Amino acid sequence: MSINSIHWFRKGLRLHDNPALLEAARGSHTLRCVYFLDPWFAGASNRGVNRWRFLLQCLEDLDSSLRKLNSCLFVIRGQPANIFPRLFKEWKVSRLTFESDSEPFGKERDAAIKKLASEAGVEVITKISHTLYDLNRITELNGGQPPLTYKRFQTLVSSMEPPEPPREPLTRELLGDCVTPVSGNHRERYGVPLLEELGFDTESLAPAVWPGGESEALMRLERQLGPDATAAWQENFERPKMSSSPLLASPLGLSPYLRFGCLSCRLFYYKLTELYNKVKKNTSPSISLYDKLLWREFFYTAASNNPRFDRMEGNPICIRIPWDRNPEALAKWAEAKTGFPWIDAIMTQLRQEGWIHHLARHAVACFLTRGDLWISWEEGMKVFEELLLDADWSVNAGSWLCHSCSSFFQQFFHCYCPVGFGRRIDPNGDFIRCYLPVLRDFPAKFIYDPWNAPDEVQRAAKCVIGVDYPKPMVNHAEASRLNIERMRQIYQQLSRYRGLSLLAAVPSNHMEVVGVSEAQGAAAPPTRRRPRSGTSTHRHRTSPYTTPSDLSEHNHEFAIPQQPGRLIWPVGGGTGKREREAEHNGCHGDDGPSPSSSALKAQDDEKRREDGEGVAFSS
Amino acid sequence: MKRRLSGDCEDSPSSCEGPAESCKRVRQPAEDSGDVLPDWARLPQEMLLHIFQYLPLLDRAFASQVCRGWNEAFHMPELWRCFEFELNQPASSYLKATHPDLIKQIIKRHSNHLQYVSFKVDSSTESAEAACDILSQLVNCSLKTLGLISTARPSFMELPKSHFISALTVVFVNSKSLSSLKIDDTPVDDPSLKVLVANNSDTLKLLKMSSCPHVSPAGILCVADQCHGLRELALNYHLLSDELLLALSSEKHVHLEHLRIDVVSENPGQQFHTIKKSSWDAMVRHSPKFNLVMYFFLYEDEFGPFFRDEIPVTHLYFGRSVSKEVLGRVGMNCPRLVELVVCANGLRPLDEELIRIAERCQHLSAIGLGECEVSCSAFVEFVKMCGRRLSQLSIMEEVLIPDHKYSLDEIHWEVSKHLGRVWFPDMMPTW
Repeated sequence: MSINSIHWFRKGLRLHDNPALLEAARGSHTLRCVYFLDPWFAGASNRGVNRWRFLLQCLEDLDSSLRKLNSCLFVIRGQPANIFPRLFKEWKVSRLTFESDSEPFGKERDAAIKKLASEAGVEVITKISHTLYDLNRITELNGGQPPLTYKRFQTLVSSMEPPEPPREPLTRELLGDCVTPVSGNHRERYGVPLLEELGFDTESLAPAVWPGGESEALMRLERQLGPDATAAWQENFERPKMSSSPLLASPLGLSPYLRFGCLSCRLFYYKLTELYNKVKKNTSPSISLYDKLLWREFFYTAASNNPRFDRMEGNPICIRIPWDRNPEALAKWAEAKTGFPWIDAIMTQLRQEGWIHHLARHAVACFLTRGDLWISWEEGMKVFEELLLDADWSVNAGSWLCHSCSSFFQQFFHCYCPVGFGRRIDPNGDFIRCYLPVLRDFPAKFIYDPWNAPDEVQRAAKCVIGVDYPKPMVNHAEASRLNIERMRQIYQQLSRYRGLSLLAAVPSNHMEVVGVSEAQGAAAPPTRRRPRSGTSTHRHRTSPYTTPSDLSEHNHEFAIPQQPGRLIWPVGGGTGKREREAEHNGCHGDDGPSPSSSALKAQDDEKRREDGEGVAFSS
Repeated sequence: MKRRLSGDCEDSPSSCEGPAESCKRVRQPAEDSGDVLPDWARLPQEMLLHIFQYLPLLDRAFASQVCRGWNEAFHMPELWRCFEFELNQPASSYLKATHPDLIKQIIKRHSNHLQYVSFKVDSSTESAEAACDILSQLVNCSLKTLGLISTARPSFMELPKSHFISALTVVFVNSKSLSSLKIDDTPVDDPSLKVLVANNSDTLKLLKMSSCPHVSPAGILCVADQCHGLRELALNYHLLSDELLLALSSEKHVHLEHLRIDVVSENPGQQFHTIKKSSWDAMVRHSPKFNLVMYFFLYEDEFGPFFRDEIPVTHLYFGRSVSKEVLGRVGMNCPRLVELVVCANGLRPLDEELIRIAERCQHLSAIGLGECEVSCSAFVEFVKMCGRRLSQLSIMEEVLIPDHKYSLDEIHWEVSKHLGRVWFPDMMPTW
């Protein structure tokens, strides 16, 4: 019996390190690589033209690489669940392979396809290759819940085996006798469509700053990490120089390629290690070398079992914040009309090119949410989803949860100033001049706050604020004062802390598995790759929102007795025992939002005490 | 005796019986025969009340439909002392609002029970108006606590001032025993504060009124002069005066516990007045333990008048960029400092400033740094000097500049060692 395989491309748009694709080729007589352009999905996901262009370029590149192997790509219009059964029959398929997807909706879709395949007698093989690790193992190591702090995540990961090395690319040799049957009308039926065919207007489209595709990704990787190792090291790992250069799209940037899987994260991981070993001989790299890759991994893990990861309501790890619903203000932000040149330049870059630097992401996300506009992070996330090339569902939502201090225990007291932050990075304002030509002639002194420039300066710059460029849409000093105060109140409520300290209301970020004793005896810095301590110490981790000092100290905030039974964290899964431990030893844990009957009880005790005394002004 | 189902218990007169008696009746059948359930309808009111206190309002409302007894329990005054009105419009908020029928019912049946009331209002003027409508109907109640809380943009500010004032003064006049009042970001004015003082001067302990632009220094001085029990006060810097501090430290006045000052600049280059050292000294003599919390939202060049003399500030928050020089003055002139938060600073490391603060601010126990720079060795030195009294240490990773002594990977062990607990810098995603 002959083996006829389909490899289904979704992400993972590459031939290198693609274990599922190798499985498809192994011992097969025929191999067809398919990609579904799903009109329904496209409509729902609302991707912008840059993302579509990037995707189509990836597909073009994939097709041309496959053609070099005497194969080609089948781009199928429609939904996988509707079309697979027909393909299984038509192509007499016996094996279906694809890269496994960790995201909740992807898993759901894949389960449905697996069912269809098994009904059709098709063997299904999936392989993990979009992430470095098997995310389920990380969650398992953490006692069944995804870790909620990056530190905790780092610790878990460093206790695991290093990721598997990348697999060899698909080659003619590996394909052997395996062929791809192609019909005469392949181009019409299965060719990669043009942007125009998808209904995009390409007349006014500037050339892509980020050309899609595996070939481009590998070229960038080669340039970024070699051939001059020392230069490459400085480029990547020395502290970034304070200038506008990191803000601009780098020809070495890789994040969109990782998002679409044009570049394997494991290949990147091993190239990084190689470079490190070349430059820093005799030391083993610290886990922080891989920060960029691991943050991505962290968000994938956090989202893997949480279908509401991208919402506030019903999302167990998201703090409920009474965001303002304000479409006009949101539109000003999204369309780069805030009147803050730093914010508007970033949003312009994002819309034009599809990528912005991570510091720029912090800046605009903070401005939209907790910093200035007090608009829900979900709205910002949707805008990024449309415009940002590297915005994967998990990573995008996770970043926004972080930026808005809605989860993952961030410093809420610090918000980026829409004037000062940019000025620190790029004092001359070259970045602004690049993306907002209307402000080009402003002197550096006023380019971040042009509304403060005297009239004659505005006239000399041929840009009158309020006429040629908008006035600032908010008074940052006043808005940030209000917003910090609101965040403080929300966090205080969560931590049940009633004192004056702003910092005591900040949830602790530092729940480490190592435990205090290990730190006390830390005269000799322990190696990072310590034996697996994760599971054994896990049970000591407790809610960061309860420490005894918080409860006993100052009780002087304006206090409305709590309505019993109203908890902001709607999480399930904690045990009463753990909570009690929390109150006794004040040990910080990172499973965070702790639900729990005893937290509730403590809150009620407090309430009844207050009621008993009859003063809300709790003494 | 055959058990009754809760559905047909409406005629049960349980609420008329004494608690002991009804307790017995609830328990009795279970003792008689093991196969029957207790009669929930006959649960004594005290016990019901106790249980109801644990239930959210909605669950209580459902429970109240079970039988007459539970319905009566639902309306017990104890359950209505404290209420938070949430006033949101679908167009301006993602959150649900308190149902209008519930509001009506509370005003009709429970307004005389209300003691602790807060209004959470979204950014729409309608919501602020709705809050005022409720306030103006609270004529037969005696509130102890009133909070007007804007959860998004300050919408009370958009109301006609007279409308807001007349609603607020209804409460001031009728309550006569207000103890806590939180009216930040509202158009409250001097005359309305006079009404407050005239009716509640004996009871007022807490007053929070940050960013109330219609209040003048004279208006707040009147409150301080009359309300001798005032222990907590929050206001903006433009209301702070030497006279106010002297009034708060008069013999008749109780010890002040907290004073919060927000220093906000309305326009760049604004000039700020100064407070005499002697006024602060009087304050500290009168209330040696009082906390002075100051939030600064200023441009760097507006700090001129601040920290020139010793100031008894305990909690300092710099919401915008603050210069090295000002932080140097903080180290010199803030001996009572307990907490310091610096959100941003220029590009020069804060090494000497931090060391000086560690040296001279002997009570410092919490520090937070955002966009600043400190060399790793200076930071370790700082932590070593403060030692375990540093209970909160929130430092962004980018703040720490590696030097010849410590790399970023080493510093957390070194700092943890001096703190006696595990510590890490805070990280933001670099993705």
